[in-house]
Amino acid sequence: MAQTTLKSRSRQIYKPKLARQVKEKVIEFILFLAAFSSVATTVAILYILIKESFLFFQEVPIVDFLTGTKWTPLFVNPQYGILPLLSGTLMSAGVALAVAIPMGTIAAIYLSEFATKRVREIAKPALELLAAIPTVVYGYFALLYVTPFLQNFFPKLPGFNILAAGLVMGLMIIPFISSISEDAMSAVPVGLREGSYAMGATKLQTALKVVFSAAISGISSSYILGTSRAVGETMIVAIAAGLRPNLTWNPFDQAATITAFIVQVSLGDLPHGTIAYQTIFAAGLTLVLMTLLLNIIGHFLAKTYREIY
Amino acid sequence: MPTTNLRKLRTNLNRRKLINSGFAFLGATIIAIAIIILLGLTLKMAFQGAERITPEFFTSFPSRRASRAGILSAWVGTCLVMLVTAMAAIPLGVASGIYLEEYAKKNWLADLIEINVTNLAGVPSIIYGLLALGLFVYELRLGQSILSAGLTLALLILPVVIVTTRESIRAIPNSLREASYALGASKWQTIWDHILPYSFGSILTGVIIGLSRAIGETAPIITIGALTFIAFLPKSPFKSEFPFLSFEWLQAPFTVMPIQMFNWVSRPQAAFEINAAAAGTVLIGMTLGINAIAIFLRYQLRKDIKW
Repeated sequence: MAQTTLKSRSRQIYKPKLARQVKEKVIEFILFLAAFSSVATTVAILYILIKESFLFFQEVPIVDFLTGTKWTPLFVNPQYGILPLLSGTLMSAGVALAVAIPMGTIAAIYLSEFATKRVREIAKPALELLAAIPTVVYGYFALLYVTPFLQNFFPKLPGFNILAAGLVMGLMIIPFISSISEDAMSAVPVGLREGSYAMGATKLQTALKVVFSAAISGISSSYILGTSRAVGETMIVAIAAGLRPNLTWNPFDQAATITAFIVQVSLGDLPHGTIAYQTIFAAGLTLVLMTLLLNIIGHFLAKTYREIY
Repeated sequence: MPTTNLRKLRTNLNRRKLINSGFAFLGATIIAIAIIILLGLTLKMAFQGAERITPEFFTSFPSRRASRAGILSAWVGTCLVMLVTAMAAIPLGVASGIYLEEYAKKNWLADLIEINVTNLAGVPSIIYGLLALGLFVYELRLGQSILSAGLTLALLILPVVIVTTRESIRAIPNSLREASYALGASKWQTIWDHILPYSFGSILTGVIIGLSRAIGETAPIITIGALTFIAFLPKSPFKSEFPFLSFEWLQAPFTVMPIQMFNWVSRPQAAFEINAAAAGTVLIGMTLGINAIAIFLRYQLRKDIKW
């Protein structure tokens, strides 16, 4: 009898106070709301884009939008074919990746397999600086320094062109590719390298045939990230590639990208609820779907080629 | 016969060694070229803009005449927008990081939030601008104001803040948590009194790096509709009578450094190129200065912590 009262009393004493329990629960709930706000952001992005695009597609047939070769939404007789903007986006991203993928990959192999610790400690933060420069400054470089420089070699190059914008964008993307690829290669176990050295392979042969193949999953996701950066980059192309939509596959030409078009419309006074206002959301939705597609491809690639040691 | 084989082997070996060192050279050269191009372009811009970087440049409003135009409204705007961004992104991001690291159970909801944060980090910045235009400017009627811009940039850097918070919290050894629980502290007491003070420095570093990214963001702010010609300052956040703080500045139209630079770049007159170069130099200086603070903080903190 005495024992049970003692037990129940001790339970009473050590039972956490109700107020404290409630406070803990309330705090946990508030923290959950904060974490959930990121999901709410995604939902809000999709809601806004789809809502305005829906209104847009009631005016413009979706087939015309996807197959039209003229993009003149601000003219008297507007035409809404996304292809010219798409070609501008793909061309500038293509030029950028043609610079960034080889340079970024070679830099990553060098930093992970060849560089001494001291070189790495200096070179890595220095490369990161390339990504820290504001893109509007890169746009300035492309328009006022790189284009005149290129005109020395190609006198017919127009003042606005895809080439200069793409080259400068490539420079900006190098660190995105090199740092993620380097992380992936550094994570490859030393045992694999030693096995290759023991067979008489040089460092380069080991790096290319063993380490690179083993890290291909991480390397491919760095390429995907670089591609979605290039596709979504705005200021460099808006400043240096021109704002005239142009269905072209020639990097020496000028062309507008999806992002540059959004900037161009936003710079004017856009009345809420008009079709000109809705076009930028339709263009934005196209952009989001492109990056989403890239992410899905990247996820799929990473899954297929993942090696587990 | 064996000697010819040996010679073959030697030449093969030498050839491979040569290719090997050739590649090492190529790698070092490529990194050097990328950095030298960047330095060269930056220095060229700095020299071009140097003549315009005077005290008057910082204390004058934009003007039709290039030689008299300055960046007063732009740098004040940048500081105010960054203030809003920090006020919104720090509590929200740190709270999310704490939840995901300390509270979240391994279930589909936690997975969803985690995948979502990763995906948000990959969304192009101009899309955040469209979100802000549709949501903040028109649905919530915040207008084309400092508040809208600050909140937009806060959403943009939220993934950075969340990820660094999680990493800093994860780096704290479990024994600290257990010691706190053993003394009867609740979960929140443990987090508030122990985890957060210990991880404060590295969280701050991450936040500062996020802000340095936000300073240079141009596209989302253009989409909101920041004005490019602002010849006045927002109302001061301080006033003489009680309660001494005023929030009218939140609703003010504004411009920021990158927008001002973009405006000058797109003018046809060559004189404004110098203004743009000067603004770009100041902008790079701001970004690098902030990054330097972050690096210094990280170095200081690494020195002090010994588990």
